[in-house]
Amino acid sequence: MTTFGRGLRTLVLATVLTIIVALALVFFYAPLDADQGFIQKIFYLHVPLAIVSLCGFVFGGLLAIGHLRTRNRAWDMRSYVAIHMALIFGVGGLITGSIWAKASWGHWWDWSDPTLTSFLIVLLLFATYQPLRFSIEDPERQARYASVFAVVAAAFVPLNFIAVRLAQQFVHPRILTLGGGNLPGSMRLTFLVSLLGMALLYATLWKYEMTAKNARIQVRRLRRSLLGDDSVRPLGRSAAPS
Amino acid sequence: MSTVLAVLRKDLRLELRTFETLPAMALFSLSTFVIFHFGFNQAAIAGQLAAGVLTVTLLFAALLGAGRLFVAEREQGGFDAFLLAPVDRNALLVAKAVAMFIFLAVLEVIAVPAFGLLLLGPPLGPRLPGLIAVLALADLGLAVIGTFVSAIAIQTRARDLIAPIIGLPLLIPALIGTARAAGPLLAAHGSGSPPTKWIAILALYDVVFALIAYAVFDYLLED
Amino acid sequence: MSALAVSPALAPGKAAPYVIAAYAVFLAIVLIYVAIMARRLARTEKDVQQLKRELDQRAAAAEHKDEREPVL
Repeated sequence: MTTFGRGLRTLVLATVLTIIVALALVFFYAPLDADQGFIQKIFYLHVPLAIVSLCGFVFGGLLAIGHLRTRNRAWDMRSYVAIHMALIFGVGGLITGSIWAKASWGHWWDWSDPTLTSFLIVLLLFATYQPLRFSIEDPERQARYASVFAVVAAAFVPLNFIAVRLAQQFVHPRILTLGGGNLPGSMRLTFLVSLLGMALLYATLWKYEMTAKNARIQVRRLRRSLLGDDSVRPLGRSAAPS
Repeated sequence: MSTVLAVLRKDLRLELRTFETLPAMALFSLSTFVIFHFGFNQAAIAGQLAAGVLTVTLLFAALLGAGRLFVAEREQGGFDAFLLAPVDRNALLVAKAVAMFIFLAVLEVIAVPAFGLLLLGPPLGPRLPGLIAVLALADLGLAVIGTFVSAIAIQTRARDLIAPIIGLPLLIPALIGTARAAGPLLAAHGSGSPPTKWIAILALYDVVFALIAYAVFDYLLED
Repeated sequence: MSALAVSPALAPGKAAPYVIAAYAVFLAIVLIYVAIMARRLARTEKDVQQLKRELDQRAAAAEHKDEREPVL
């Protein structure tokens, strides 16, 4: 019986510490941006959310490859949770990006930002992951098809960003990310700590979800063996192996 | 290779005998042009707008056609028969994609002149070579993704819904490329040759996705 | 990032609501997730307790049966 809860406590501690430090840096250490002023503080929230989300999708794709190669459905569960988490983080990134756009330029949405547009497309794609899973009844096939989809979709992420960036060369390239490597040192430090905190949060929630799912599955198995097949309600939309 | 040809021949023969898919795609495209005309309420359109309309219409016609690709296999046990035969499984993917490409090409023979007649302002003739090049690359992408998505969707409960929602985001880069490449072509005083940047992007996208689809298709066919 | 002091977008006073909104959205997402997990945990715990009860019942029944075995 695999256990996922080991090391969860250390992870939580690390996450909480890093996030507290990050918040302190954001609000007390990082200087005010000359252009955008106080609004720029959203940057330390929005960009880590987006980056961790995209990495999460790629992570999910890699785990899916693991499933396809080993046929072990634990990998599929890991992949499912990774993508699910990444989607939640992604929605958070999109909302915070929209708030930032509204505060900076007055519109809730702006097509001239290629990164936000690419991100929307990626989210639209991965939002279909769950409907796809839940429309296939056979659990083995469901896991297999979901993994194939996850692999292709993860490969799609970089392609999509390249294509959209090439398409959006407008007269006013209003880019939300602060020009790549032009961040002054103090801002860069704050950003990196924020990014680390977000990544740790993702890892923690992922592990947490895996542990909870695993526990649920074990309990179901016990019920089935103790009380017979009828006592276990079918999971209707099962995504995880049982 | 012979497997690909065998499956392809079967599909083409099937279509020739039953005329299920192509007439529907053609009619759909023509109706869409009419709707667009009334939607825009203009005598004629040109340039980027025209390119966009043409691209979107072809996209939806393609999704319509792609949904039909594996229905026969699914409903009449074709998958099992194919799996039992000692052939390379990817041959099915290649055959279906080629069939889809042919369907799209035939569709465009009907739809593009209709588009030139009904909607397009500037004359179509001089732009045709460039347009054919762009559409050929677009059809390749549509065929590959359409086949891949259809193969996934055919095993689901809501196959008519799943195929488009998965296919559309995947196709967006290809459609960006198509529309952007065709835009200058269809402009009122267009140059007649599509911008090479977008042709290159389209070609790259097609190649990458063809490879990816080829790599994973095996896993979809097992049973 | 050049320090061009062209009038900044919004003064801290007017910008604060947006920044707060953004961080609040983030916090809300995390808290909603925790709430969902808490509900799931409660359900699992209930199941475990039911299993325990069932096991206890069976243990008691087995004992009871042993006690009533006729001694030959």
